Parts: sequence; structure tokens; C-alpha cells
Amino acid sequence: MRATRRRIVDRVARALTLACTAAVLAPLVLIIGYLLAKGVTSINLDFFTQLPKPVGESGGGMANAIVGTLVLIGLACALGLPIGFGTGVFLAEYAHSRLVPTIRFCADVLNGVPSIVIGIYAYTLIVLPTKSFSAYAGGFALAVIMLPIVARTTEEMLRLVPANLREASLALGVPAWRTTMRVIIRTARGGIITGCMLAIARVAGETAPLLFTAFGNQFWHHGLGGPISSLPVQIYTYAISPFDDWHRQAWAGALVLLTLISATSLSVRLLTRGRFRTVR
Amino acid sequence: MTSTTRTKLEVRQLDAWFGTTQALHDIGLAIPERAATAIIGPSGCGKSTLIRCLNRMHEIVPGARVSGQVLLDGEDIYRPGVDPVQVRARVGMVFQRPNPFPTMSIYDNAAAGLLLSGGRRSRADLDAAVEHSLRQAALWDEVEDSLDASGVSISGGQQQRLCIARALAVEPEVILMDEPCSALDPIATTKIEALIHELKAQYTIVIVTHSMQQAARVSDYTVFMYLGKLIEFGSTERLFTTPQKKETEDYITGRFG
Ligand SMILES: Nc1ncnc2c1ncn2[C@@H]1O[C@H](COP(=O)(O)OP(=O)(O)OP(=O)(O)O)[C@@H](O)[C@H]1O
Ligand SMILES: [Mg+2]
Repeated sequence: MRATRRRIVDRVARALTLACTAAVLAPLVLIIGYLLAKGVTSINLDFFTQLPKPVGESGGGMANAIVGTLVLIGLACALGLPIGFGTGVFLAEYAHSRLVPTIRFCADVLNGVPSIVIGIYAYTLIVLPTKSFSAYAGGFALAVIMLPIVARTTEEMLRLVPANLREASLALGVPAWRTTMRVIIRTARGGIITGCMLAIARVAGETAPLLFTAFGNQFWHHGLGGPISSLPVQIYTYAISPFDDWHRQAWAGALVLLTLISATSLSVRLLTRGRFRTVR
Repeated sequence: MTSTTRTKLEVRQLDAWFGTTQALHDIGLAIPERAATAIIGPSGCGKSTLIRCLNRMHEIVPGARVSGQVLLDGEDIYRPGVDPVQVRARVGMVFQRPNPFPTMSIYDNAAAGLLLSGGRRSRADLDAAVEHSLRQAALWDEVEDSLDASGVSISGGQQQRLCIARALAVEPEVILMDEPCSALDPIATTKIEALIHELKAQYTIVIVTHSMQQAARVSDYTVFMYLGKLIEFGSTERLFTTPQKKETEDYITGRFG
């Protein structure tokens, strides 16, 4: 009977999609599980408050790398978010401009450039002229990686806003730029913030572009004009070392990095969850 | 039309294009003040295009263009130097699909025109404007206790009345309605029609409709359009009882369209 067949097809389709979902989630669960198993034993107060200990001495922490990563992400956001956002607004709102296809193409190409190449770019542009590795150079490299992600997701999210909302606003006698700012962007806000979070999460774990820009530092950084430590680089340094103690620290560092990224995106989501606003 | 009715909007030799396709051909029309004028005609004949030319909304479609004149109280809204934003504040619009702002509360939706177009207003003024426009739109009693709820949390018919309230709050002189009831059930439709009856004492109303019964019920004057041209214009009673053009007669007797 047709109905039976339909039911079977439905069951099979459901099982298949479920299997795909499981296949996607499995690596995530495994990674988190493995990180927890390997890293959690090395996490203690020292890890968050101490500098790394010299080779041979056990203990120590990654306080400078944690702070360094936050500083680098902060610099990258300060540069990357506004410029990326502005570009996205331009791409979506001035769609008839002849510049738009070119800019969009450039953004897509930039998105595909390996991050190490962007590191070399930042090295040539900032490290060589200033003759110093610096937090600025690292933050700049990360900002360049963020730019196309932020620009393109902003554009896509703005495009998803139904055209009739724009018309409704214009028909009330609201000027075009105010319509963009207060209706279009506000409606797309959730999606844009998610895009920014994705960009931050993406660069927070970048190692390659930091190797020859921010470099690394076993001590606290002195200002933003000098080398600065970061979690990914510290993890990398420790992971390729021959010392068991450093390996354990690397696992702990990875766990902290993952928690940091998840915590930021979670808190931003919670903070911006309000679906609509009222003046009252 | 009696000689005492004043003309609010006068359309003269109006042509409108989408890129290279001409959607309106030489439209001429005098829309009387404080009355409801219906625009009827088969799908694609240019009804929406015509009313969007009356508040300069046509030109926001990329490639769209207008030539001719539309006189609002005798002043051409297409004269160079006229700010379309000012025109739209005087000639409001209600769309086919209810489109309240989903990120705003009912209160903010009603006040949207005032909040978004800048200029500071006291809380008391806003409260008064919101209550007044929601009452005019016959929605106040239904939402009075849920003004902070999302503008899309109410029924479609209520959303459409919210959109009418939103248009009324900026105190326009003319209200354009493009098939305002086509997404609504008969009960919601009845409410909106009753509303139009109330509003036309104070506002000039132009309503596009697919329903000839609706045109007959709500309007004082009716425009019949066909293939981008204005075929006939007259009092609703006259147009439906003694149409003067063959196309009009064919349409209202249901022989085509
Ligand atoms: N965005 C557009 N781009 C190009 N042509 C368009 C566009 N919108 C409308 N047209 C054309 O203009 C003509 C008039 O369209 P309009 O929307 O004014 O018709 P209408 O009378 O409102 O129809 P309906 O009753 O179906 O709403 C149609 O032939 C249509 O194909
Ligand atoms: Mg239409």
C-alpha cells in the first residue's frame, strides 16, 4: 500500500538525517571529551595566575598567554568589526553601485587566502618597517582575517530583511539612512552579531599568522609595540616540545581557549537576546 | 462630483516605467478631498504602480522612473527640489501584507513614524499619539494591555490595523491603501472597511482593491484601469450602474479580468 511505503520512506529519511547530525556532532563531543580528559588535571589557580616556568621546572601557568589572547582579539575587533560591518552595509544597501561586485569578489578571495599568507602580509607591512614583533601586527593580521567574514555575513543578514519593512519605513516619511540604521540593521542584528562571534571564534584559535607578527613571549608583554604571548602560539610551542609537563600544559591551554571562545559567544548571545525593544 | 468637492491630489499626464517597460500611460485624474477613491482593474493593470506614484514610492524600485505631474494641494510633488521624505510624511501608505516592524513592540510600531524620523518628543506626547492612532484604527481596546508585546505577536487583521495606526500617527493628509484586506479573513475585512468609513471624514483615502463589492461598499469614487491606462473615473454609484466604457462594463459584469 502507498501509505505503508510512504511511512517507510519517512522512517528511512529520518534515520539518515539523524545519522548525519550524529556524524556532525560526534567530532565536537569527542574533541571536548578528549580536551577535558587530558587538560582538566593541569588546570589549577596557578595556570591562570602564573607565568610559564623555565624548562625543567614544573608548575607555572599561562596567565600572560590568556591576557595576550584577549589583547590580540580586542585589537582585532577594534579594527576588524567596524570596517567589516561598514563594508557589509555598503554591499547590501548600495547594491546598485558598480563597485559592489568587485568588493564582494575581493572579500571572497580574501576569505580564501591562507592565514599564514596574511601573517606574511602583516609581517611585511608592520613588523619589517617598525623592526619589531608587536601586538599591533598580530591584531592587524587577525583583523584582516575577520574582515571578509564580518563583511559577508553582515551583507547576507541585511539582505534577509524583507523588502517590505524598508518600504514600510520609507512610506512613513523616514529618511533612507535612518531606515537603514534603525529598521534594517536592527532587524538583522541577531544574525550580524552571530557573524561577528563566528569571526572572533575563528581568529581566536589562529596560530600561523601570529608566529611572525605577535611572535610570543614567555613573560608579560610591555605595551602593544612589542611581542606578546597568545594561547594558540603557546599551545603550539608547548605541544611540539619534548617535555611531558609542557604537553599537559598545552592540553590545559587548549581547554581554556575552547572555554573562552564558547563563553564569549554564549554571553554575547544571552546579552543580545532581547527580541524587540520598547521605549517604555 | 459636485462642484463643492475640493481636489486633494491631481494626476496629470502621468507615465511610469520599470526600466524600459511602461506600466502607466498618460494617467489623468482628480482625487477629491475627504472621500474614499477606489482603484479597480484586472491584475497587472498598474493599480499598485499608480498609487505608489502618489507618494513617490515608485522611484525606490531600481530602474523605475516617472514623468508627468502629481499635484498635492496644487503643488507638484515631482517638481525638482521637492523632498520625497516630506511627501511621504503627508501621503501615508498601507500595504497589501501587514508589515509591522518585528523587532518593535506594538507601542513602538504605532509610534514608529515619530520615533524613527527624529526630533525629540516627550513621553506624554508619544503616549497620547499612540493611544489616539490606535483608537482611530479601532485597535486600542484589543491591545491596550499588551502594548509591550511584539508587533508580530497579534493576528493578521490586528497587524493590519496596527499598520494603519502607524500610518495615522504621523498625521498624514492622504492615506493610500494597496489591497489592505487581501490577506485578511471576512471579519477582519469588515473591521477595516468600517474603519475606512470613519477615516474618510478626516482623510483623503485611495484604496486599491480586487473586490468590486468592496469598492462599492467603501468608496465614493471609483477609477477603472486596464493595461496601464485609466479607462473610466466617476462616482462609484454612477460607474457601477451606468458604466460609459465597454471595458468597464465588461469588467464589472465579470466578462473578463
Ligand atoms: N518591480 C517591477 N519590475 C518590472 N515590472 C514591474 C514591476 N512591478 C510591476 N511591474 C509591471 O508593471 C505592470 C503593473 O504592475 P502593478 O503591480 O502596478 O499591477 P497591479 O494592477 O497592482 O496588479 P495586481 O492587481 O496583481 O496587484 C505589470 O505589467 C507588471 O508586470
Ligand atoms: Mg498590486
